[in-house]
Amino acid sequence: MNRAVWPILGLILLAYPFVFSTPFQQRLGALVLLYATGASAWNIVGGYAGLISVGHAVFFGCGAYGALASYQYLGLPPIGGLPIGVAASVFIAAIIGVPTLRLSGHYFSMATIAVAELMRLVVSNTEWLGGAQGLSGPPVPRTPLDLSFISALPYYYLFLAVLTAVLALTWQMERRRIGYYLRAISDSERAARSLGAAAPRYKLYAYMLSAALTAVAGAMYAVMFGFVDPESGLGILVSVKMLIMAALGGAGLLLGPLVGAAILVPLEEISNNLLGGAGGGLTFVAYGAIIVVIARFQPGGILRPVLGALHQRKGPAKT
Amino acid sequence: MSSTLIQVIAGGLLLGAVYALFSSGLTLIWGMMNVINFAHGDFVMLGMYVAFVVWTLMGGGPAAAVPIAALVLASLGIVCYFSLIRHIMRGPMLAQILGTFGLALLLRYSAFWYFGASFRTLPETLVGGTLLIGPLRIESSRLLAGVVALLVTACLHLILTRTALGSRMLAVAEDATAAELMGIRPERMQAVAWGLAAAATGIAGALIANFFYVAPSVGETLAIVAFVTVSLGGFGSVPGALVAGLLIGVIESVSAYAIGAIYKDIVVYTLFVLALWLRPQGLMGKA
Repeated sequence: MNRAVWPILGLILLAYPFVFSTPFQQRLGALVLLYATGASAWNIVGGYAGLISVGHAVFFGCGAYGALASYQYLGLPPIGGLPIGVAASVFIAAIIGVPTLRLSGHYFSMATIAVAELMRLVVSNTEWLGGAQGLSGPPVPRTPLDLSFISALPYYYLFLAVLTAVLALTWQMERRRIGYYLRAISDSERAARSLGAAAPRYKLYAYMLSAALTAVAGAMYAVMFGFVDPESGLGILVSVKMLIMAALGGAGLLLGPLVGAAILVPLEEISNNLLGGAGGGLTFVAYGAIIVVIARFQPGGILRPVLGALHQRKGPAKT
Repeated sequence: MSSTLIQVIAGGLLLGAVYALFSSGLTLIWGMMNVINFAHGDFVMLGMYVAFVVWTLMGGGPAAAVPIAALVLASLGIVCYFSLIRHIMRGPMLAQILGTFGLALLLRYSAFWYFGASFRTLPETLVGGTLLIGPLRIESSRLLAGVVALLVTACLHLILTRTALGSRMLAVAEDATAAELMGIRPERMQAVAWGLAAAATGIAGALIANFFYVAPSVGETLAIVAFVTVSLGGFGSVPGALVAGLLIGVIESVSAYAIGAIYKDIVVYTLFVLALWLRPQGLMGKA
């Protein structure tokens, strides 16, 4: 990709909350970055390795529940629960990854849905995780570490830092052996294995990395909203949103999830704002329609033809 | 065995027959063209709403609702095939999953927007009363649903195995190019498969609407039931779906009876995960 893109993109992201400075716009920006983080974490498994998980809510939920359970039981600030959530998430990823990653294609997708729904039902019936009511964070901030702000501005920069870290990690992964292995596995697992790529091991690594980063996104969600219940933390829509944002922008592209989030999050927030609770269904009707149109006409995501056009103008790609 | 348990098992078998009916639609599509319809449960949901509308508009019972739902859903299935599925079938797997998932969201939230989120039920008087068969007391709505579902599933199986149309569909499933050389149009057969599969969901939806709650979100639960049934019964097999559907109906009712209604979904989902984990070789047959 063109090198000039990075400083320009960085400047836009840093300046956004000052140009669009109403509380609604700042909150919107923070949400775009938050969802882009989740979708970028999904992208490692779903995009690069081509394993389409529809159950990443499990890991998102680990992060969110980890943060708020640490507050509830240990009195930590929610952000202090981050390592606990990430550790739980990686642990669960290892346990469900070993049998699930053996499945290919649609079977993998169906198994991930089933595991996520199972987890949602189990948590809904688990008293100490708040059951169907969910868990809440500190009602009033006790120390600055509780990261409870009225303005969305601090969240914006917090999430920007987290997203930058996730993208830097993904970029490093892309350039290393694991990145090449994952793309080879995604093209043809059999061919990759015959050339000596330890496919099961690298798939599991990617799955665990993706789970850890998804849990970070979940913890960030809990820090900002101070609340999680089975639907908002583990519901199927959580998984589907990550998948859809990544796929809309371009699955397997570094900036695909960010582009997807920058389109879908404003769409959802603005239409919820305009239509209110009564028309809430319409937001997801539009969501569904967009996905169908993308799957039908541009299954590679909208960023791909843009990149193609850029390369064509500059001659053969140099990346 | 206590008579309550027999009662529970009989109820499970009757519901299981309906599960078998809509699952055989999913298995038919999968066997024909290697596409998993993630919107399948939402098709059943639409079938339920058709029954609901038939009752509110004209006070009609299942005798009117079942054929209307079959027609409406069959048309929807064929429209979906030509406008979407035909194009995403040959694309990457992500496009297939996205396409049918998008369809699911579209249908689910259209119903949510139009009918509202509240749970609705049809009046019991529509197919009222309970029948006494020996020691069993069975609601007639459930008996009707179970028996009709069994018959329709059997018909579907006969269409696929005993008619010229079925043979043509089988030929396309085996090898679309070879079938085309024999003068069969693959697209037409695949469209018929979508029509038949969607009609099966319509009939199933109209049947269970008589005793099940009707809500936009019901499709999600039913889709998972269909996935479990198809993965246990073997992808592409209607008799397999029948046996697995009946089995899941029984397992669901017995676990609801033995350990509590809120745990029955947990039992079914656990079964699904275990089936996928422990028998992938059996499931990979057609992949």
